[in-house]
Amino acid sequence: MVTVKDYTESVPIAWCPGCGNFAILQALRKALVDLGKEPHQVLFVSGIGQAPKLPHYTHGNVFNGLHGRTLPVATGAKIANNELVVIGIDGDGGAYGEGIGHLLAAMRRNVNVTYMVHNNQVYGLTKGQASPTSDLGFVTRTTPLGAGQPVNPLSLALASEVSFLARGFVGDIEHLCRLLRMGIDYRGFSLIDILQPCVSFNRRNTYQWDRERVYKLEDEGYDPSDKTGAFAKAQEWGERIPIGLIYRKERPVYEEQLPALKEEPLVKQRIDLSQFEALLDEFM
Amino acid sequence: MAIDFNVMAGGEAGQGVQSVGMILAKAMAHGGLCVFADQDYENRVRGGHNFFRVRASDREVLALSEKLDILVALNKETIDLHQNELKSNGVIIFDQEQAKVEARGENYFNVPFVKLAEETVKNKLMTNTVAVGAAMGLAGYDFNILASVLGKEFARHGENIAEDNVAAARAGFDFAHEHSANQFRQKIRPLRGSSRRMLLHGNEALALGAMVGGCKFIAGYPMTPATSILEYIADKGRQYNAVAVHVEDEIAAINMAVGAAYAGVRAMVATSGGGFCLMVEGLALAGITETPMVVVLAQRPGPATGMPTRTEQGELWFALHAGHGEFPRAILAPATAEETFHAIIKALNLAEKYQTPVIVLTDHYLATSYATVQRFDLKQVKIDRGELMSNEEANRTTEYERHLVTDSGISPRALPGQGKALVVTDSDEHNEAGHLIEDAETRNQQNLKRLRKQNGLRTEIGSPKFQESPNSELTLIGWGSTYGAIREAANLLQEEKVPVNVLHITEIWPFPAEAVSSALNKGTKSIVIESNATAQMANLIRRETGYRVNGTILKSDGRPFSPQEIVDRVKKEVT
Repeated sequence: MVTVKDYTESVPIAWCPGCGNFAILQALRKALVDLGKEPHQVLFVSGIGQAPKLPHYTHGNVFNGLHGRTLPVATGAKIANNELVVIGIDGDGGAYGEGIGHLLAAMRRNVNVTYMVHNNQVYGLTKGQASPTSDLGFVTRTTPLGAGQPVNPLSLALASEVSFLARGFVGDIEHLCRLLRMGIDYRGFSLIDILQPCVSFNRRNTYQWDRERVYKLEDEGYDPSDKTGAFAKAQEWGERIPIGLIYRKERPVYEEQLPALKEEPLVKQRIDLSQFEALLDEFM
Repeated sequence: MAIDFNVMAGGEAGQGVQSVGMILAKAMAHGGLCVFADQDYENRVRGGHNFFRVRASDREVLALSEKLDILVALNKETIDLHQNELKSNGVIIFDQEQAKVEARGENYFNVPFVKLAEETVKNKLMTNTVAVGAAMGLAGYDFNILASVLGKEFARHGENIAEDNVAAARAGFDFAHEHSANQFRQKIRPLRGSSRRMLLHGNEALALGAMVGGCKFIAGYPMTPATSILEYIADKGRQYNAVAVHVEDEIAAINMAVGAAYAGVRAMVATSGGGFCLMVEGLALAGITETPMVVVLAQRPGPATGMPTRTEQGELWFALHAGHGEFPRAILAPATAEETFHAIIKALNLAEKYQTPVIVLTDHYLATSYATVQRFDLKQVKIDRGELMSNEEANRTTEYERHLVTDSGISPRALPGQGKALVVTDSDEHNEAGHLIEDAETRNQQNLKRLRKQNGLRTEIGSPKFQESPNSELTLIGWGSTYGAIREAANLLQEEKVPVNVLHITEIWPFPAEAVSSALNKGTKSIVIESNATAQMANLIRRETGYRVNGTILKSDGRPFSPQEIVDRVKKEVT
């Protein structure tokens, strides 16, 4: 039986003490163990930043690629081998800045990939610049006049026909773990935005700031199948911040529509050259 | 008598010029003749001026000839622009009513395309088929072959449509027989007994080769002249189990292909210069993560949007240097449609064997011009997946190191999910296990390990083509798609008592320096012929061999070289 120990890697961790990433790592390991997935069945794909280092600190197959390009790599890998559990991991810079075009396309396409976005509203690896989700007016060295209007990832996702959307908070590991389990188990694309305070560069959206505001949707009899209601919750940011499952809908899964994948994963298919004689005939 | 028959169809976009040309080309290919055909079109859907040229011969033809036997003009502009290209006994076939132009001399042959279509099949849409029939009638061709091509071509529209098209062609064919002046009638006979050839353009050869070579995944964004590769695999992949993803942009295309290749399938991308610009970071990603990757770069004139429907060889140095940092690569630049088929298969093999990017460099001219080739022999196709672990090996290996340092630089490759082996890789510099590092020693080991693969690649590169001509002191140098025009020019020069050697480079990187040097040292003078303005190949030869090319024949107006143009410019260079 797979245990949390199977997901433990001895590589030294380069995150700051107190970083919310530790809690996400813990929740992810537990979610995979709960689902009975073994490390060799899982592929972690990530980009660049502090969050995307996560795959190095656990066990599994790892493709740590370019900044913002996580989803195309994850999509290609999933189509090539749809037996893999594919999990994308990025920060708010990679997901909602550099890679936002890919995120929109991935949500429309609906490949069975789970995308975790560690959203700390600031750039960590490059040391404290504003991110696409930084609050309006957030002053940093690249935005001395204050950051501009932030992107609202949840509204954007809903408008892009996302099929599974959730928001977690690192201050509640059990709750986050449950959301990750649901997302990984979901057949289709799942986006899980994770509120994760940055202890080094974001003095505004701290653990305490978040803790005072977050509340669980499931405690309020919320219906995650209602898109209008989901849009309303996505707009909520300030006094109260909702966490939990925002929206879920069943939609055709991209790779399940592909005739080439009907029998078995592409990667397992052997090539019989003689079958192509018929293609040659077409040019005769 | 030797056959060398040249016909052009011209009209505006939307008039069906391409289908007229293709049916003529197919009819002659079906008769066993060697065919070469190309198309010239503008970057628009309607209007403008398009033309399609077909040359057919009883011997191998590699390029167009400038002089026409028949010009099929679907509008007046075609006549105005191309009448000077007619041979003295050449004929313009046109419809006086349709083109709104009077016959101006005996080379004008008025065939009432529209009226015949209406009378015979009561369908104006078959006007072009009447024109095709008239051209074939004037050529004295075998109508049964034309009828069989039309039947096949229109079969998908239903039996009635196919039959009507045959009837429309017959009307044009008979009209030409009955009404043309004797001196314009030709005898283009099918070649009995010769085995039928395939007729395809460069992109078709490439896409077919990709399927045969085991490519299971392509991601792309439409861009002329590469689009038809993506379209072909999207279409055939449904039946032959390959996946084509039309993605949001070229950045997604290469990263998605990298993901698919990492997961273990043969993957590629196909684009033109602008799209390749967006892919360059992903190319370096394939380099450092040692992911097999095939990139088809179908060049067109740049910079930026340039001239989308024209041709150029302006991206040799771009292909050589694209990507930040240093990593091994191979570049193949096939010369003909036939070579393109083999080049893409070789590229797929080399990419997996050396776990690195391979670029297939083509251009608009090669991508879109048609040629007849002997049917490809699939029994000769070899798939070499390199040091790919078996499932048993991958399952046994618990402490797998994806980037194990070896003498060859090639690390045994396991696939994610194949067994217990965990496949870890990183765009950051990494250690053998694939985890990111920053220490100098590991960096050196990994960087040099990757670059050692270039030594192996060097042994895979084929020598350039070299045709020596007795008593020649002059060598013409070319690369890629200019081969046909240069070869035909060399033949014409020989007839004019100007013998030349031809050195043609089709596998460009790692550069075959020794073979190029030894060929060039045989003549005393050399001229490079390139479809660009800065003589990129001449500069590469200088850089890699120290040899300085004496003269240049360059062209960057977006149009392909014609053999006669090369002949004229060579004669100017040597006198």
